[in-house]
Amino acid sequence: MDPRRSQKIAFAVLLLATLLVVLPVVVILAIIVAKGASAISWDFLFSMPREGMSAGGILPAILGTLYLVLGAVIFAVPLGVMAAIYLVEYSSDNRMSRLVKLAIVNLAGVPSVVYGLFGLGIFVTFFGFGASILSGSLTLGIMILPVIITSSREALESVPKHFRTVSLSLGASRWQTIRHSVLPHALPGILTGMILGLGRAAGETAPILFTVAAFYLPRLPQSVFDQSMALPYHLYVISTQVPGIAENVRYGTALVLLTLVLLLNLAAIVLRSRFRRKKKW
Amino acid sequence: MSETSIDIRALNLFYGDFQALTDIHLSIPARQITALIGPSGCGKSTLLRVFNRMNDLIDGVRVTGEVVINGKNIFAPGIDLLSLREKVGMVFQRPNPFPLTVYENIVFGLAVHRLARRNEYADIVEQALRSVLLWDDLKERLHHSALTLSLEQQQRLCIARVLPLKPQILLMDEPCSALDPSATLHIEDLMRELKKDYTIVIVTHNMHQASRASDRTGFLYLGKLIEFDDTVTIFTKPAQTMTENYISGRFG
Repeated sequence: MDPRRSQKIAFAVLLLATLLVVLPVVVILAIIVAKGASAISWDFLFSMPREGMSAGGILPAILGTLYLVLGAVIFAVPLGVMAAIYLVEYSSDNRMSRLVKLAIVNLAGVPSVVYGLFGLGIFVTFFGFGASILSGSLTLGIMILPVIITSSREALESVPKHFRTVSLSLGASRWQTIRHSVLPHALPGILTGMILGLGRAAGETAPILFTVAAFYLPRLPQSVFDQSMALPYHLYVISTQVPGIAENVRYGTALVLLTLVLLLNLAAIVLRSRFRRKKKW
Repeated sequence: MSETSIDIRALNLFYGDFQALTDIHLSIPARQITALIGPSGCGKSTLLRVFNRMNDLIDGVRVTGEVVINGKNIFAPGIDLLSLREKVGMVFQRPNPFPLTVYENIVFGLAVHRLARRNEYADIVEQALRSVLLWDDLKERLHHSALTLSLEQQQRLCIARVLPLKPQILLMDEPCSALDPSATLHIEDLMRELKKDYTIVIVTHNMHQASRASDRTGFLYLGKLIEFDDTVTIFTKPAQTMTENYISGRFG
């Protein structure tokens, strides 16, 4: 075929594929905004649900999701980053470390409902935390660990080797090298992992199903041992379990969940670009 | 005649099964410039990295023999690598300042070894930059990123970065290979200046550089030290035909 012609076709096909990727996102957003925006009000966001969720607001679900996400991140980020540092900077390439890496990759492929059952078995029953924010956070935390470890590892591995060599050649210890010459430069990448984990933790239903989520609990949680409502589960409940909920309330809830995830991501992205601007090479 | 800075006795180095250095005996004189030359893969960089034990970073490295610095075998058990590397500084092939400011690059070693108080830093930075003749160019730009400097300035900064640790020995691994000819000459001038206070060992591909800048030259081939002598002798009447062939450009 004439190269000018094949070039045109290739360009058109690739552009089309790209547009097709964007299309669902735009359509989903448009539908949710169109159908849900009318439900959004001060009262909807900041008051308790009433009359079996058919009236009132979704404050407990919003706060519940915020707590769960926060708890998951507090638990998973330090643990995941430390594990990644060990894997990249300390462990040598042997059968053991390869096994650990393989396990982490596979952990990422475990269906979320399995995490839910695991959380029920371990945190709710075995440790006796009950169905609580603590159990839910830990379950979500374990679910996002692989994302955080994998992206932290990639971030650490992308720091140029000579940063380490130079630092060590100046007599810095391994830990000083990591702390001062590697971690600061890996931070943007680590934050990317955190963002991905955050979004996932906020949106998943299955892991919180047995570990924390309350069907209908029109009060705010008092401690980490309390059950709580959460947005994804609430959305599931009012969409499928309770008849007669107005359509705009359902889509409004979806809109709030979506906005919450976007806001969390936005905050993390701003944070990341701050670090990026400071460190350049 | 002159005192010895590094004394190498019966050194063998293996990467796994591959023997990279074979039975090296060599005394490197203090406060002189010693050049190590030889074709690619002859082991000259490996030998240089023996002196600050940077080869330790590579998996499967094994060393036999002795390397004595300050009366101590640096391969003896219980040797503290951190203080060894404080005494034996290294400058690399490519200028590789940290992506930090000029100032932060120079105080890095001080902070790592807790060698000085913060209020002494400014003086030390000035001194280090003066030693590499960068002070006048950079005194207004101490808090600019080191990556904004020219390559020659970056390489000078990398030399300056080592100096606050008060090393005795400076190892330079082809320090001019990324620089243009005039910058190369400037760095060589600087080396001659620095040898008053430091023992300098330089690995170079550039035979002109070895003959211009060094006092002593060692020729390595396939992991063996073929010849080691005054630079003038090596380049005018080498004892070995192999050395003569190499410096006259017949191979390598």
